[in-house]
Amino acid sequence: MTETEIFIHAEHLCFAYDDEKDAIPAVKDISLDIRRGEYVAVLGHNGSGKSTFAKLLNQILEPTSGKLVVGGVDLTAEELTEEELLAHRRRVGMVFQNPDNQLVATVVEEDVAFGPENLGIPHPELRERVDRALEAVGMSEYAAHEPHRLSGGQKQRVAIAGMIAMMPECVIFDESTAMLDPLGRREVLDAIRMLNRERGMTVLNITHYMNEAALADRVIVINDGEVLMDGTPDEIFARRAELRSVGLEVPQCAELIHLLRDAGFSVEGEKISTVEGCAEMILRSLGVIEEKGR
Amino acid sequence: MEQSEKIVLDHVSYVYGEGTPFEMRALDDVSLSIRSGKITGIIGHTGSGKSTLVQLLNGLIKPTSGQVLLDGYNINSTFEKAYEEWNGLPEYASLTKRRAKRAIREEWKKRQRELCFRVGLVMQYPEYQLFEDTVYKDIAFGPTNMGLSHEEIDTRVREAARFNGVEDDWLEKSPFDLSGGQKRRVAVAGVVAMRPEVLVLDEPAAGLDPRGRSRIFGEIVGYQRETSSTVLIVSHSMEDMARFCDDIIVMSHGKAILHGRRETVFSHVEELEAVGLDIPQITHLMRLLRERGLELPENVYTVAQAVEILKTALPKMTNKGTHI
Repeated sequence: MTETEIFIHAEHLCFAYDDEKDAIPAVKDISLDIRRGEYVAVLGHNGSGKSTFAKLLNQILEPTSGKLVVGGVDLTAEELTEEELLAHRRRVGMVFQNPDNQLVATVVEEDVAFGPENLGIPHPELRERVDRALEAVGMSEYAAHEPHRLSGGQKQRVAIAGMIAMMPECVIFDESTAMLDPLGRREVLDAIRMLNRERGMTVLNITHYMNEAALADRVIVINDGEVLMDGTPDEIFARRAELRSVGLEVPQCAELIHLLRDAGFSVEGEKISTVEGCAEMILRSLGVIEEKGR
Repeated sequence: MEQSEKIVLDHVSYVYGEGTPFEMRALDDVSLSIRSGKITGIIGHTGSGKSTLVQLLNGLIKPTSGQVLLDGYNINSTFEKAYEEWNGLPEYASLTKRRAKRAIREEWKKRQRELCFRVGLVMQYPEYQLFEDTVYKDIAFGPTNMGLSHEEIDTRVREAARFNGVEDDWLEKSPFDLSGGQKRRVAVAGVVAMRPEVLVLDEPAAGLDPRGRSRIFGEIVGYQRETSSTVLIVSHSMEDMARFCDDIIVMSHGKAILHGRRETVFSHVEELEAVGLDIPQITHLMRLLRERGLELPENVYTVAQAVEILKTALPKMTNKGTHI
C-alpha cells in the first residue's frame, strides 16, 4: 500500500433521479481521485448534488453514466455480478444525519453487531469486532445500554461503531453532525479524526459547517452537480467571492482577514483556515507592534 | 403602554417523571424575565433545559412549581385561582354571584384558549409537521382555528408568506413538492400567520446551508423589527446568537446561569466555555491575539466588531499596505 494509492477514481460520473420530470441530473459530471487515507470535506449548498455524489460512491445509487473505480475495481464495468457489487459496496461505509434513524437494536452492542452479523462473521470474531469498534469510538462502557437513552452524539458514535465493525476502507459522513449540539459534534469529529489519523481510513465528510471543513486535508466544493473547487482548506477559504456566489461562506477568522484586506490592510500569509493561522498572520503583519510589546 | 417585561418566570421548576426511577429535574428554580419587543436567544447544550423552558411558555407543559407570567398573567392559573383574584373586579361587581362566576369562567377559558395563539411555537424541524395538500391551506391552518373571517385569514396568510419569503406561486403547490429550506419557511409562516405576540423558534436554522441560515435569520429579524413582537430563538450556535439576538439566556443543568444583554453575556467567555458551549471563532481569535500581547478589548463576538477594532488598533498596517 503506497501513500499515493488512489482509492476512489471517478470519471465523468453522472446521475439523474428517474422520477424527476425534467430529469436534470443531480450529478452532472464529476471527475476526481481520492487517495487512500485522505480526509476530504465536501461542501455545497442544499441541492448541489453532494449527497447524491456520496451515494454513488457507496453504490446506494448506480451512476447513469460515467466510470467509478473503488479500490482498483471498476464498479461500472458491465461484467460485474450483483454479488461482486455487494462485496465492493462494503468497502465504503456511510453514516447519515439523523442518529435516530440508524439504530436498529435495543442494546448498543447488538446494534453494532447488526452489520457484521449480516455479513456472516462467525462468533469469536464478531465479538472481537464489536468490542474493538465500541472501544474505538469511546463507547465501551455503554455496550449494554439502550440506544434511545443516549445523547445525540453518543448515538452517532454507536452508528459509527456499527459501521466500522463492518471494516470498510472508506467512510462517508453525510451531514452526520447536523443534528447534534456542540458537544456531540466534537465527539463525532474526534471519532472521524481518529478513524483517519490512527486507522488510516479514507474519510469523506459532507458538511454545511465551514469550521468542520477546515479540519480536513482537502476540501471539494460541489455546485450544480459538478466540482467547482478542489484544494486545501487554506486554498479554498482564500476564494471567498466564489464560495459566496454558490451560497457558502468562509469561517469567521477567514472572513476577518478578507475584510481587512478589502479595506486596504496588508495581512500576509496563507493559513487562513484556522484560528491559529489567522492569529499568526495578523501578528506577523504587525511585526513592529509585536516587538514593542516585548 | 408597552410593558417592558413580556414574560416572567418566577421560581419555575419542571421535573420529568416525578416519583419514578427516571425522575429528572429539567428546570431547577429558574427566575427570569424576557424583554418585550426584543429578540432573546436561549442557548445551552442538550439536556440543559432550554427546550423544556420554551414548552412552558405556551402552556404545552405546566411547571411542577413556580409561575409563568405572560403580561403579568399566570398562564397556568386554575379557574378557582382566577375566580379568587377577579371576583372583586369592578366589571363583575354588578353581577349576581352566579353570573359573575359564569362570566369569570368564560374569561378564564378564553385566556386559556388564546394562549397558543399569543405564544406561537415553531418546533425543531417544523417541516415534518406540514400536512395540508397546499401551502396556502397549511399556512391558513392556525388562523382558521382562531375562527377568523375568510378575508382576515387571507390577509394573514399573505402577510406571513411575505415575512417568510414564501413566494406566491408556491401557495397552490403541495408543500411536499418544495425543498427542505422552502418547507421550513412555510412552516414558520404557519405560526407567524397567527400573529403571535411572542414567537418562539427552536433551532430554526438546523440542517440548513449557510445561505439558508442567513436567510431564515434575516426573515426572523425583519419580522421582529416590523411587528415589534417578542421573539425567542433557541440555538446551539453562539455565532448566530451573537449576530441576531439582543439578549441571551444561557442554560446549564436546568438553571439560567447567565442572562442579560448580548454584550454582557459575551464578556463571560470562560463561563460559556466551562459549560461546553462553542464560543464564536472570532472571540477565540481575539483572545489568542490578546494572549500574544496585543491590547484589545475582551468581549468581541462579531466579525464586524473585530474588523473595526483591528483597523483602529493597527494604523501601521495601512502604511505597510501602500508599500506593496
